[in-house]
Amino acid sequence: MSKTRSLISEFFDKYQIDHFDDYIRLGGFKGLKKALEAGPDYVIEALKKSELRGRGGAAYPAYKKWSSSKERQAPTKYVLVNGDEGEPGTFKDRDLLDKDPYKVLEGLIIAGYTIGAQEGYIYIREEYELIRQKLTEAIAHAKHHNYLGQNILGTDFSFQVKVYTGAGAYVCGENTALIESMHGNVGRPRVKRPRVSEKGLFHQPTMVNNVETFACAATILAHGADTYANAGLNGFKGTKMISLCGNISKPGVYEVPFGITLREIIEDIGGGTRDLSLGKFVQSGGASCALIPYTHFDTPYTYEDFDKEGFSIGSGAIVVANGNIRVVDYLSSVTSFFEHESCGKCTPCREGTKRMHEIIEDLCRDQASQKQIDRLNQIAYTMIDSSLCGLGQTAPAATLSALKHFEDEIMESVVL
Amino acid sequence: MGISKERIEDVLAKYDYRADALVPILMDTQSLCVDHFLTEATQKYIAKKLDLTYVDVYEVSSFFAALHKTPKGKYHIQVCDSSVCRINKKDIIQTFLEQHLQIEPGQMTPDGLFSLEKTTCFGACDISPAVRINKKVHGHLTIQKMKKLLGELKEASHV
Amino acid sequence: MVKVKINNTSIEVPKDFTVLDAARHAGYDVPTLCFMKDINEVGACRVCLVEIEGYDKLQASCVTNVREGMSVKTNTKRVRERVRTNVELLLENHNRECTTCVRSRNCELLNLAENLGVTELEFQGQQRPRYFDDYSPSIVRDSSKCILCGKCVSTCKDVQGIGILGFQNRGHMTNVGPAFQAKMNETDCIYCGQCVNVCPVGALSEKRDIHRVWEAIEDPSIQVVVQAAPAVRAALGEEFGNPIGTRTTGKMAAAMRRLGFDTIFDTNFAADLTIMEEGYELLDRIQNNGVLPMITSCSPGWIRYCEFNHHDFLPNLSSCKSPHQMLGALTKSYYAQARDIDPDKIYVVSVMPCISKKNEAARPEMEQDGHRDVDAVITTRELAKMIKQAGIDFNNLPDEGFDDFMGDYTGAGVIFGATGGVMEAALRTVADVLTGQDLQAIDYQAVRGTDAFKEATVKIGDLEVSVAVVNGTKAAGQLLEQIRNKEKTYHFIEVMGCPGGCVNGGGQPKVTQHIRDHINLAEKRAQALYAEDLALPVRKSHENQEVKHLYDTFLGKPNSHKAHHLLHTYYTKRVK
Repeated sequence: MSKTRSLISEFFDKYQIDHFDDYIRLGGFKGLKKALEAGPDYVIEALKKSELRGRGGAAYPAYKKWSSSKERQAPTKYVLVNGDEGEPGTFKDRDLLDKDPYKVLEGLIIAGYTIGAQEGYIYIREEYELIRQKLTEAIAHAKHHNYLGQNILGTDFSFQVKVYTGAGAYVCGENTALIESMHGNVGRPRVKRPRVSEKGLFHQPTMVNNVETFACAATILAHGADTYANAGLNGFKGTKMISLCGNISKPGVYEVPFGITLREIIEDIGGGTRDLSLGKFVQSGGASCALIPYTHFDTPYTYEDFDKEGFSIGSGAIVVANGNIRVVDYLSSVTSFFEHESCGKCTPCREGTKRMHEIIEDLCRDQASQKQIDRLNQIAYTMIDSSLCGLGQTAPAATLSALKHFEDEIMESVVL
Repeated sequence: MGISKERIEDVLAKYDYRADALVPILMDTQSLCVDHFLTEATQKYIAKKLDLTYVDVYEVSSFFAALHKTPKGKYHIQVCDSSVCRINKKDIIQTFLEQHLQIEPGQMTPDGLFSLEKTTCFGACDISPAVRINKKVHGHLTIQKMKKLLGELKEASHV
Repeated sequence: MVKVKINNTSIEVPKDFTVLDAARHAGYDVPTLCFMKDINEVGACRVCLVEIEGYDKLQASCVTNVREGMSVKTNTKRVRERVRTNVELLLENHNRECTTCVRSRNCELLNLAENLGVTELEFQGQQRPRYFDDYSPSIVRDSSKCILCGKCVSTCKDVQGIGILGFQNRGHMTNVGPAFQAKMNETDCIYCGQCVNVCPVGALSEKRDIHRVWEAIEDPSIQVVVQAAPAVRAALGEEFGNPIGTRTTGKMAAAMRRLGFDTIFDTNFAADLTIMEEGYELLDRIQNNGVLPMITSCSPGWIRYCEFNHHDFLPNLSSCKSPHQMLGALTKSYYAQARDIDPDKIYVVSVMPCISKKNEAARPEMEQDGHRDVDAVITTRELAKMIKQAGIDFNNLPDEGFDDFMGDYTGAGVIFGATGGVMEAALRTVADVLTGQDLQAIDYQAVRGTDAFKEATVKIGDLEVSVAVVNGTKAAGQLLEQIRNKEKTYHFIEVMGCPGGCVNGGGQPKVTQHIRDHINLAEKRAQALYAEDLALPVRKSHENQEVKHLYDTFLGKPNSHKAHHLLHTYYTKRVK
């Protein structure tokens, strides 16, 4: 009995994009047709019922965001697909865009219809160049078949989609930074005043969601909120795309039901660890999230259970560590990542990411002092409490969780 | 300048000379340069044509990792240095590349054929350790595979 | 209005207030480093943090709007700890040689660290690479002192409309500087020094020339002649604790005498002279189909801006040198001859509110017969430093006057330091010359005030003279575009490179951003100049007796051959 599900990923590897009719035969674009027939309020209700949360990592209830965007009175609105997928260990959006681009488009078109937007933009990280080209072709095909462009499927709803490229900056996954780069500026986040939903892309109200969120919306509309919700386990609703990697036999993108445990993901779906160890820990959600020690592998993969423990669903990345890895060595890769990706605008993150990495490096060399550990904590909490954007606010999470769960091991590197 | 004015004009025209398309304009122009590098002269030319200040362009070109700060080899090899590839022993591949090409990350071989760079995760974690060569991803790497790849590229460059 | 609570004090504030505004209104001075009203509201430095009920993270009060019922705490343990950590982080990546730094007295970072009680910095990690640039005659950049607040970047781009500086690289390697790490003198920087005015620390400052002036004063064989621009006397007092707008003309002259300068002239004399030269130049162009509009040329920042960006308007510039250059040229000719001094033994020092004047004095063409017009330019700030170095008790000095020969001036000369002042002075003279009368209504209110752009049509005899006054290069550029597009035509335009005119020049006393955001600095300082104008017996340039003597005995008449040789200049097309 497979522990995975096949709703969001139902059409993976099942069609070629230039065989548009195959896609329709498979059942594609049912969600869009349902939405156009039932109306925007039905879409909002379906999202509410399914308890869909934004899949980029912030996990904000999708129906709330779509609803307030719909209510906003504005002549011009945009929908923006955040395909910057920069969290290390995350590649599920890659597969969504590569293996079922039409579903992502479908979700985008449904969003445009629901909130009353005329244009959609898909921002894809530059590292996914081939996928960007594929998506551009898919858009052309969809337009040719009247699923995009003027008067979609005979309705008075018209919608255009454009594809944009990133240029190698993780921070551009943050909404305001992403939009800045689309304006020809450096990708530095700006203060949220006004908010992106009020004044975003090209200074118009913009609704931003992750690639997977749009794919989920299309899936929910196609299969109905109940069917989608019931795919979850033990009363938890829905499914999640995860990217399983690291010390694992079968790395890849999988669709799992909420409620499954980490152990089941690792053993049953992932085929167990490659080095046959238990796996010392898992980093779930991306580099910006806590480490989950092997003692907690029976935690159910749900927002609620994870939040309680201080863990994150985040982007859906699940990185399994080796059995013999030194925690400080792993942290070095995390802090090095943030030092490289900090945009440099605000003091706590610009300086803090650097200082944290320097201290971790001293720990790796077994040359750290207790005072440095104290400072590590001080800087970490300052970054969490006062950074301008999510990058600085979440960068210390992995280190703090390591200090909590692996304190003894880390202290071995402290020579005072 | 590394690239002719005409080719830059083509890129600018493709984006209707829109200043807000600066990022893709710089990316596209760089990809047309043999050494994957936008010289100061090229950047200043683009600035003038888009009615931007020099520093408007330089801010962008110096901020984004995909816009290179120095000329790169004909085959630019990027080795992922993030957590998953480190777990999956990317050091072995990197050490091999350094020894074989006799260069450190950030450097270029004297014949201008290969350059090496460490990058952050580019989403190939399921096939790690992985490298990108001129943006193309090569995964499930072993030393043998890497050796073969380099050989093929060297062959291709002689044609 | 909304009701908010600041540290348990309930107050009512306008709806558009930020939490920072509200806190300050309630009497709590929340510190800021990067905030600059309307120009740099970026929330980058993270020292203005406050606790707001209902928010789980600390908020930057400068970019958070008040809301009805908000409850704010500015001084909890958590706030103090986070702000202190951020300041410590700034200091760790900062050049802490404060003892030798130009801002050691009034550095905003140092003051903040003091207030927060940062008593030790145990850790020293890697610092960002240092870029030190003192290659230009005017401005010095030291990136090791930069706190990356961005005020200079925003000022150059959004206030002046030029955009030399920017944020380069990313993360820890972020650095503020010109494109491609060029030196300032390799860019089209106009040295207006507006960036220097807003820098909270010592990363940007003027090139120091005090030591050269002391050397000249020390040399007994050199006659050191000093002059001071009108804007200097309107602000010098601030360096000695006087309120903004205090006029200290007499004390300034007294101080300069006690510093050891041999001769104390006044740039205002040359301002009157400039009106003569420029007024007649304008009349000539109007009456003989010359290039119009004519544009003033006493602001070297504006000149450089025109030379780089508006080649087509170079012929419109008046050929007059700026007043202090004229005075320098005359000192080494007219004065030298009259007193039988070898011009090689004369050292002219100009005290200016401006740092672009340092570059202006070094321009190759600013010399005649092998003698530099002006040998050294020091700013108002530098003069104050010299006064402090000499231990002079400025506030208790008697009021003294300037030396005869080229020290007398009219009210028209003194208002040069305000935006609209040159225009008004010119109109007073041109009106009398054209009508042949001694007109009494000489307060041209239409051209006064610190708005970036003013225009007026003045009826002089039969002629309708249309004039415009702009300050700040952004407004200047916009006006030139309108003229280029034939949307507007004028006879005469006054352009000051600095917003608010010379009283807000790059060499004036530093004023913290908090004050700059809440008062009209230029207006307050200019009031001192207009007050002096009103108080003077002679208020028209052509009635300056010393200027008359100069023409009668030396120059002949305005725009004479000799006047052209000494007092006029030419411009250069510059490319970025």
